[in-house]
Order: sequence, then C-alpha cells, then structure tokens
Amino acid sequence: MNGQENGNHLLEVYNLVKYYPVYSRGIILRRVVGYVHAVDKVTLYIDEGKTLGLVGESGSGKTTTGKAILHLEWPTAGQVFFEGANVSEVLKSKDKKQILKIRKSMQMIFQNPYGSLDPRMTVFDIIAEPLKLHGHYSKEEINERVYKLLEMVGLEAYHAERYPHEFSGGQRQRIGIARALAVEPKIIIADEPVSSLDVSVRAQILNLLMNLQKENKLSLLYISHDLSSVRQICDHVAVMYLGKIVETANVEDLFSKPLHPYTQALLSAVPIPDPELKRRRIILHGEVPSAINPPPGCRFHTRCPYAKEVCKNKEPELREVEKNHFVACHLV
Amino acid sequence: MSDSYILEVKNLQTYFFTEAGIVKAVDDISFNVERGSTVGLVGETGSGKSVTAYSILRIVPRPGKIVNGKVFFNGEELLSKTEEEMRKYRGKKIGMIFQDPNSSLNPLFSIEEQLTDTIVAHERISKQEARNKIIEMLAKVGIPEPSTRIKWYPHQFSIGMKQRIAIARALLLNPELLFADEPTTNLDVTIQAQVLDLLRTLKNEMKMSMVLITHDMGIIAEMTNNVVVLYAGKVFEVADTKTIFKKPLNPYTEALLATVPRLDIKKKLEPIPGNVPNLIELPSGCRFHPRCKYATQICKEQEPPLEEVEPGHFVACHHWRELE
Repeated sequence: MNGQENGNHLLEVYNLVKYYPVYSRGIILRRVVGYVHAVDKVTLYIDEGKTLGLVGESGSGKTTTGKAILHLEWPTAGQVFFEGANVSEVLKSKDKKQILKIRKSMQMIFQNPYGSLDPRMTVFDIIAEPLKLHGHYSKEEINERVYKLLEMVGLEAYHAERYPHEFSGGQRQRIGIARALAVEPKIIIADEPVSSLDVSVRAQILNLLMNLQKENKLSLLYISHDLSSVRQICDHVAVMYLGKIVETANVEDLFSKPLHPYTQALLSAVPIPDPELKRRRIILHGEVPSAINPPPGCRFHTRCPYAKEVCKNKEPELREVEKNHFVACHLV
Repeated sequence: MSDSYILEVKNLQTYFFTEAGIVKAVDDISFNVERGSTVGLVGETGSGKSVTAYSILRIVPRPGKIVNGKVFFNGEELLSKTEEEMRKYRGKKIGMIFQDPNSSLNPLFSIEEQLTDTIVAHERISKQEARNKIIEMLAKVGIPEPSTRIKWYPHQFSIGMKQRIAIARALLLNPELLFADEPTTNLDVTIQAQVLDLLRTLKNEMKMSMVLITHDMGIIAEMTNNVVVLYAGKVFEVADTKTIFKKPLNPYTEALLATVPRLDIKKKLEPIPGNVPNLIELPSGCRFHPRCKYATQICKEQEPPLEEVEPGHFVACHHWRELE
C-alpha cells in the first residue's frame, strides 16, 4: 500500500480523490458551496489473481472508489495504473485501440441484477454486446463464446433466447457475471454482487466467482459491506470510513487482529450464527458524519471510544505497523 | 390454552388470490410464543414470515386472505374478532416494527403528530400528557434532544434514527407482544448493533415478548430463545435456538447454516442448489425436495408432517432420523 512499490502490481491506485460539488439553492445564482468528499486520497493495489476486499458502511466511498478506478466516475485527482499504464491518460488520448484495450481488461459486476440488465434484450444479446463493441469477433465466434460463457456461469443453452424478467435474482447475477467475463478481462470490480440475493443463493454466486477467478487467473476487487463474505473470498482487505482507508492487511491478520478502533467495532458488530459464542461487543455511538464537512483530524474521532486530543487536530497517516498491515490511527 | 403462552398460532393459512393463480404464502403454519421470550421466524424471500405477522395482526393486504387457522393471544382468538375489536389490539397490546422506516413513517406529519395519533387511538389523554409521554419514549430509544426533535419530520432524521422512532411508536403503549419485521435489514452493521441492543434492553425493561422476523442466522443466534424455520409457506423446524444451531434435524436448516459465511472462521461455503420455489406452482410432496440432498421418492410424493421428535423440537422431514 506504500508508494515505493511502483510498477509491481496489476492495478495500482494512488491518492485517488473524488469530490462532488454541492450547490446552493436557486437557479440563476447557483454557486458551489461545498464538496462531498466521497473518496479522499485512497491508495491501493491488487496483484494478479488476487482478491482485494473493500469494506465499509454506506457512504464510506467504496462504490465510488470502484467506479473511479474504472473512470466511470472521472476522478478529481489521483492516478490509476493498470499494467503500468496511466488509465486517465490513456482514456483521454485519442488512441482508440488503447482505450478499448484498457476498457476490455477491466470489467464490472453491479450490485442490483434487476437494474443492470436491459429488460428488452435477450440474454444472448446482453452477453454478446461487449463482444460486438470490442470488435474482431466473427458471428460464429460470438455465438460460440456466448454459449461457452453461459455454461461457465452455470446456465443452460436454451436460456440464451430468454429475457431477464424470466430469471431469478441469482440467475440474473450469473448473466451479469457472464457479461463481465465476455471480453476476457484481467480484473473484475464486483460491487456488492450478492447483497440483493437470497441467503441460500449467495454461496452459489460467491463460489462461482471464486472458481472463475481461479480458472481465468482473474484479479478481483470485491466491494462489500458484508464482512463475513469478505472473510471467505478475499486475500487482502481494505477498510474504508468516510472516504478514507483506515486499515488494510491480509485477510487473516485483519480478522484475527484488527488494529484500528473502527475495524474492531465493525467486526464486533457483525452477528455470528452461533448462540453459544460469547463475545465483547463494541457499540459505536452516533452515526457516520456527513461527507460534506468531514470532521477535522481523524474522521473517526467523533465516534471513537479512545479518541484523544491529537485525534481532533491531526489527521493520521496510513502507516505500516506490522509487515503489510497498515493502519491510520494515532493510538496504535 | 396453556397460560405460559402469550401467542398460539394454529394451522394458519393465508393465500393471495392473484390473476396468475393462488399464491400460498402461508400454508398451515403453527407455532407458540412463550411469555417473555423472543421467537425468531427465519426464512428466505417468499417463506411467509412477514405474511404470518400480517395475518396475526390481520393487516394482510389485498388480494390476500386468511383462509384458515386460529390465533390465540392471551387465550383470546383474534381471527374471529370484529374489525372494531381488533383495533384495540393493534398498536396497544401488540406492537409492530416494519422493515423500512422510510415507508412506515409518514413524511407529511411531524413525529409528534404521528405518535400522538397512536396514543389517542387508544387512550383518552390530554395533548400535553401525550406530548410528555412521547418525549419520554423518544429519550428511551436514544433520540438526542427529544423535546426539540419531536417537532421534526421524518426526512430530518437519518435512517437509524427513523428506525428508533418506529420502535418508539411501537412501544408507546406498552404492548405485551412486539413484532419486529426485519428491523435492521436496511441499516449498516454498526447501526444494526445499536438497534438490536436497544431492542433487547427495552424488551427486558418493559417485560415484553417478541417475534423477530429475519433472514440473518447471526441475528437469530444473538437475539432469540426459540426459532421457527420457514420455507415456502411451511414450518420446517421448530426448536430452541441452541438446538437449531447445534443439532438441526431438517435438511433445509442444516443447509442454510452451511451456506452462510461466518465472520469468525473461514470455511467452505456449501451452496444450496436451485432457487426458492415459485409459490403458485409449488413442488409436489416436500417443497424442498428439488434442492435437498437427502431427497428420495417419498419426498416427491408425500408432504412430511410436522412431528415432535423431542419435547419442544418439531421437524417436518421424512428423513430426520438419518440426520440425527
């Protein structure tokens, strides 16, 4: 997570910032009166074939981070490097070939399988669309690839001629996954891919994602608020709070030895399906503050049970406390 | 009519008569709630957990109809009461918290107006007294500065605060029984922890009984004494919470526990194949048989009865002995 390792990772993100302007009321004299600090200097990297879990509560900026990495939301500042190439520069250039190449390598799976599939397209057309857009495929090749993808995600060939409304939520998410895999990406950004599914179907989709990842040597950015599922499928985890990464470590370290007070509270808040387990629960008081005027100093100090004077004034830097375990807290 | 039960539900059936066919949302559900305990109704989409609660309160929306069954609350049968009599129960003796506070609170009225409505529907009380009562309750559920915020409208509160207000409304008149329908599903985990903690504290303080509806096995483990596992409108298993987790005897309960990821241990997730069935065209025999790894011929042909396998432990499965 530190900047010195430049160039060694498949995807590197440095000081990514995304602000959204807030306007005053009115039509003629609308002025910008502030900014929503959705993502504030996020630095992360993902290695080939690895999964990074990006966790946080609503409003923590995890989805915006995912979209800004893909430049679906153009970042306000910061750099994204994919295989060493600066994504912003490539996309701004007029080099269509390079643009398509980078777009092809990074695909997204969306949260809501009801909103992310066009209801007027057949499943075949939905999966074939990225293949057509990226060109160089003959009709036969597209045909072959679509049916292969359907098989890969556990759907039947006859499903190709059906429309999204004929499918259940879990099946729709499979279609979304097939579409994302169509152009053979190297990295997939999966934004809460199972949160709208029934519990008995979630494991199907999570296992499918993990298997596809292994088979295709995919990297995965798994965005989720569900810490239990993050534990099962991720190699590394980054915890976000109010636009900032507060802690990042490999999955075992983070779950067995969380160091940031927010991570500790977050983990202790998750109910565990075992009635005999007794554990200490940290109940955080108050709620996540507004991202328009984030608290000065450490953004978590308003809810932190250990907050000291320094936390109110000075913003803590993300520093390496143990090997590959980074924490942004003055008190660790 | 045992005195230790505050609620007894017997053979409840609620169907929705839609144009596409009859949806058997609740199909012969029976369970009891012991006085002072928390019973969890757990199930996935379409298992009938919400409709069960709606049926007990008799607020099933059209085209739904309660076709059969009996509901005893403190020994009194509710389904045969007139609408007029029923109103004396809703909100007064039985409170309810809904899943989404954004839609259960009316955006056009202030908190004071909405909560006063609840009080004056049941009690003859002056405005000032009602106001004091509301302020006291808002303070109890953790709304800061309740005497000012009572004038606020729902949109001025965050979602967690709105859910607290919904809880305040449900508890205003000291109900004996509280239904909480996925009360934390829309909330973030840290806020969920706050709300669950609040519910637990108030339940003990006010000596209520509670029916907690959820799909989250973690919440079930932390909050309930007894569990009713529902699948596609049927009761699949009933037991005390410990038994459900340690010794489930219904393949669905077992599969449900194996499929949910846990925070404290890394384990292999075992998915349940297939999907939750369509309630109009239910599978023959046992409704879970197309997804069940123990299914045999008899499961396709005969619906298993709910048998008491040990005192207090009920299972509906032809093969429960093999799971033992």
